[in-house]
Amino acid sequence: MGVGIEVTNLNAWYGANHALQEINLNIPANHATALIGPSGCGKSTFVRCLNRMHETDPIARVTGTVLIGNLDIYNDITPVEIRRRVGMVFQRPNPFPTMSIYDNVAAGLKLNGYRSRHALDEIVERSLKNSALWDEVKDDLKKKSGASLSGGQQQRLCIARALAVDPEVLLMDEPASALDPVSTAKIEDLIFQLKAQYTIVIVTHNMQQAARVAEKTGFFLNGRMVEFDLTHKIFTNPSDKRTEDYITGRFG
Amino acid sequence: MTRIRFQQSLEELKEQLLVMAGLAEQAIQRAIEAYRERDLSICDLVSEGELAINRLEREIDQAALDLLAMEQPMAGDLRFILSVIKINAELERVGNAAKSISERVRHMERMAAADLPVNIPKMAELASAMVRKSLQSFIEADADTARSILTMDDAVDAMNKAAFKSLIKVMEEQSHLAPQALNALMISRSLERVADHATNIAEDVIFWVEGADVRHHKSLIKDTEQQDKGGANAS
Amino acid sequence: MAVLSTVLVVAPLVAIFVYLIYKGASSLSWAFFTEIPKPVGEVGGGMANAILGSAILLAVGSLIGVPMGISGGIFLAEFGRGTKLANAVRFTADVLNGVPSIVMGIAIYSLIVVPQGHFSAFSGGVVLGIMMIPTVCRTTEEMLLMVPNSVREAALALGVPNWRSVLAITVKTASPGIITGCMLAFARVAGETAPLIFTAFGNVGWNARLNEPITALPLQIYVYALSPYDDWHRLAWAGALVLIVLIVLAVSLVRYVTSRGVLKGAS
Repeated sequence: MGVGIEVTNLNAWYGANHALQEINLNIPANHATALIGPSGCGKSTFVRCLNRMHETDPIARVTGTVLIGNLDIYNDITPVEIRRRVGMVFQRPNPFPTMSIYDNVAAGLKLNGYRSRHALDEIVERSLKNSALWDEVKDDLKKKSGASLSGGQQQRLCIARALAVDPEVLLMDEPASALDPVSTAKIEDLIFQLKAQYTIVIVTHNMQQAARVAEKTGFFLNGRMVEFDLTHKIFTNPSDKRTEDYITGRFG
Repeated sequence: MTRIRFQQSLEELKEQLLVMAGLAEQAIQRAIEAYRERDLSICDLVSEGELAINRLEREIDQAALDLLAMEQPMAGDLRFILSVIKINAELERVGNAAKSISERVRHMERMAAADLPVNIPKMAELASAMVRKSLQSFIEADADTARSILTMDDAVDAMNKAAFKSLIKVMEEQSHLAPQALNALMISRSLERVADHATNIAEDVIFWVEGADVRHHKSLIKDTEQQDKGGANAS
Repeated sequence: MAVLSTVLVVAPLVAIFVYLIYKGASSLSWAFFTEIPKPVGEVGGGMANAILGSAILLAVGSLIGVPMGISGGIFLAEFGRGTKLANAVRFTADVLNGVPSIVMGIAIYSLIVVPQGHFSAFSGGVVLGIMMIPTVCRTTEEMLLMVPNSVREAALALGVPNWRSVLAITVKTASPGIITGCMLAFARVAGETAPLIFTAFGNVGWNARLNEPITALPLQIYVYALSPYDDWHRLAWAGALVLIVLIVLAVSLVRYVTSRGVLKGAS
């Protein structure tokens, strides 16, 4: 089951660059929330603060509180633990190149010591079904490498891999931007189904995609969150002129 | 400024709609003049104008559809295009009303002139003024002007109701004037419709400018009141 | 153009090979591979002890050089990137690479042979191992840096601890290149002679013990080539041929074994 995310006074720095300023946000459980905004506005940085992936950069620094469920992810648990609860799918599909499809999906479990063969088989099958890839690969699970699939299939493989560790939240950083329209549509349909079990946060610069999959949308600009509201309101009648200018393409 | 071509397309759409509005307004003026002068040649002009209005309605709808499909308009742009489509339909119906009026005038021309207790030209002027004002609110994107039209509708409604009463009386008491009275009644109703269309245009402008849906305001209040009453009765 | 370049590069190798075969093949016999050298004056004998000696020295050397080199490479690429310590380590490795092999031999002579009081296979293995380190380390680092960051991020985002991600994912992805690096180092030290003079020293008889002097193919070839005996010269040629062939075989074997694990479609 998914959980809600509560962000309070979040600030983030990369060295001297104040990348995120005073972000306050409540992301509802079991919904898809989209984050839109121009390049460099901080939406990707924000999402990486939700699973502490920004800490992989040594000059990154964060203040403020992020509660996932009721867990303070900066004080109550370690980065490694939070990443088991908050999964991430990246812009460019990145399956592990030396591993088979099976091993890719099972990677998160195997690398954390899970050994039970029978249980792994079950989890791999379930994850691949949940990411709408099972039918296409079920005969080649251990024979084909993850890297031999098409782009759209690779991305679904990455989704299956993230789902296999049974997270509560799924973060997706522009998951379809490297994919063709048909693959994109498949991913979007998938997000729709996944909402029932997970809380999904999706960063996208494709507003039509945000409009298609997300109940709520947040607009980021220059490190601040300008507006956060129901998606249909943002796209038919936004409250802030900056939001209107962005979504109608009138910037500059 | 980005999306210049799109901006220009929106401007062109607006221009087309204003041309349409001009044609519709002209149709009403001509129809009433035909009524006053009992002039059939002016009725012919109205019929010709109707063809132009219908052609323009199709062009505007097509242009709007293309913009929706090709430009993915959002927020204000989306509401604008949607309101253009709706106003387009309303203006076409105004044209239809003018045509109805001119048809009545054709019939009445064959009858004897009668002095009827109804001021058609006055009603027509009010209805025309409403249409003009609603288009002005569209040009200026002014929701307040649009709102003022909503109240003007009451006056025209009242005039129509009064016309109804007095013309029925004429039909009862001076039965030889019944045909003229009936036609006059139908003209009055057409003008009341024109006023309604102007009101709808005003509501569409408010929707575009403010994103607020103010249609069916009175009936919605009634509906809420009835629901409350029902609730009270049930408990 | 491509054909010309290929020919230019391959020609010297082919020429050497052909010449070695011409000079040395006739002296190859079963005895060569099974007998130790006969005393001076007697005809026959072989280099079996040198072959065994090379194997032992290279085994010890690899046991020392490969783990240290790979660990160093992993540190440079994954844990110490950008730090002063990493820069120092890298610099040291480069310097070590440039030290002449004979100087290496003398250094280990002072550090191990003198305190121990005798030459030994152990000291020979140590010097070979140390000579392997810079190549293995730098190649490992290069190969690890070539692993795209997206792969690392994918592992981290699954909640895998960094050390585990490095070993199980990054190193595994770079392993073909790392193994190549080890092979390069191996092939290089397999032919080293000078450092062995001061450490392994050489041995006319059988020795499989680490604590005693031992001979190696290149060392034996050196001794025989400089001798005044024709018989020994012939053995030297044969030895040179065998040395090259054994190195090629060893490298090919490793390549074959590691490529068996490659999956369909992966590069």
